Amino acid sequence: MAKIELTRSPFIKNALKSRYPQLAVFIIMLVGYIFAILAGLIGTPVGSHNFSIVFVWIAWWAVLILVAVPFFGRGWCAVCPIPLPGEWLQRGAILSPPGKRPKWLNLRVPKMFRNIWMQNISFLLLALFSSVLLTTPNITGIVLAAMLFAAIGLSTIFERCAFCRYLCPVGGFIGLYSQTAPIELRIKDKQVCVQCEGKPCYNGSELGYGCPWDVFPGGLSKNTYCGLCMECIRTCPHDNIAVNLRPFSADLAKPSTRIDEAFKAFIMLGSAMIYAGVLLGPWGAFKDAAYNVGTSAWFMYVIIFLAIIFGILPGFFTLGILKTKSRLPVKHCFASLATALIPLGLMFWVAFSLSFVLTNASYIVAALSDPLGFGWNLFGTTNTAWQPMLTSILAPGQTLALVGGLIWSARTAQKASSEINISSIPTIVYSFILTLVMFWLLL
Amino acid sequence: MNPRLSLLLIGLAGLAVAFAPLPVQPIAPQERTFEIDARQYAYSPSELQVNHGDTVTIQLVSTDVVHGLYIDGYDISVEADPGQTASLTFIANKSGSFRFRCNVTCGAMHPFMIGKLNVGIDNWLYRSIGLATLAIFGTVISMRQKA
Repeated sequence: MAKIELTRSPFIKNALKSRYPQLAVFIIMLVGYIFAILAGLIGTPVGSHNFSIVFVWIAWWAVLILVAVPFFGRGWCAVCPIPLPGEWLQRGAILSPPGKRPKWLNLRVPKMFRNIWMQNISFLLLALFSSVLLTTPNITGIVLAAMLFAAIGLSTIFERCAFCRYLCPVGGFIGLYSQTAPIELRIKDKQVCVQCEGKPCYNGSELGYGCPWDVFPGGLSKNTYCGLCMECIRTCPHDNIAVNLRPFSADLAKPSTRIDEAFKAFIMLGSAMIYAGVLLGPWGAFKDAAYNVGTSAWFMYVIIFLAIIFGILPGFFTLGILKTKSRLPVKHCFASLATALIPLGLMFWVAFSLSFVLTNASYIVAALSDPLGFGWNLFGTTNTAWQPMLTSILAPGQTLALVGGLIWSARTAQKASSEINISSIPTIVYSFILTLVMFWLLL
Repeated sequence: MNPRLSLLLIGLAGLAVAFAPLPVQPIAPQERTFEIDARQYAYSPSELQVNHGDTVTIQLVSTDVVHGLYIDGYDISVEADPGQTASLTFIANKSGSFRFRCNVTCGAMHPFMIGKLNVGIDNWLYRSIGLATLAIFGTVISMRQKA
């Protein structure tokens, strides 16, 4: 399939160039986000009746992992409300760039932090406390507020949107999986960028801000670090930026060579498997350990969690690479072949989320009428009984997702291994074994 | 072999794996009774194994707060007050693996209070493994044909 330039449509182009449609969505999202914080802090402590738990961890999560990431890549980042207050403060404006620059520190993020290790750590921190986070409204409220304030704090210290690019726990995995999505933002003609003076897409102009994600669109070849904020479409004086519809996983044809991204793939893969066992499995002892933060059982859980993600999964993967007897450094092969785990990980999350979301979706209907659990009945749906949805298609749906992910992963492994001239068989076998484990955990 | 033909054959094999009826060894239905202790946030025993056609009675004993037990796929449930026993009887006439879960809000981890009922063989698990094996086989074959 060839690329289709969506921005050829005047309607789409004008909608993306204008700040107003995006601002309208931003405002709605920000109101919802602040309400989720308030609901978490002042609403009922019963998670299944509190807006913060039901709308963040069931509704938003379902939209994110089942629709937004697979089909729109960084589409969520394009409308995410978390960086908004910080950006407004940093810029001294809500819409177009003001005449005078606001006086903030505007420092460059130190080189040692210009990678996704901080995002890996922030995701893992949330992952280790996830049983409490997913079920306790005030913890969810505190975490949502902390992310908002962290984004504000970083915006006053560092240039651009440092929180989104280097710290956001959600942005890290969205970036990784956005490589599989059929939407991309790219330049039309490289030569135009070479000859362009001042590079307003990166440095900003009176029409818009320099790339908040610290990306020069002229060199953009992957979705990973492009937040689809559309600033470059507004600032490009040559109309040289396009949003394209493309084949799925086009970015994965060029394997990554970065270890931080490789480990992100393992973190996501391992987390999906651990959650499938702990949260959806029948083993009460695991749930107790994951929930009772601070106890010796929880510390054991943390050790096992980290051992799986940083030891067992990459360890066996590396053993497979060593079997290929490649002349390239192991580190290089490891990073390249880990690209194959990106579609597998995404589909593991889809399969896990299907179970979690379909079982608990009926809480959304009740929480709409009584978002704080105060006994309101705004739309007459408060007393909607809990009822799992579509249980008959759950197992076939999960199988389709996992088998699809396995095929996708195997084909990606073939492409990645042919780039570096080694066998793809160990990576395919590895993906196959992990898929069998996931079947056993979910079905 | 022609790549399209091999893909077609693998596709047909996939359909057979997914939908072909499996031979079932007839086992005389029995009456099975299980006592399940429910506590925050686990069932004990958390996994039940019965044969297709068995008449199953679950005696749910709650040891702390009010708990329920809802069986996915069967769409039946029972609730037990603290210290009380409640009974649920049904005929296990659907084969496969079914989650049972608490359907009475019982605390923070309530949505994850889950057990498993296995009726006969978990056909779907084996079919899935078969499909995954075929998928890998097909991918490797197409890779060889392209090389």
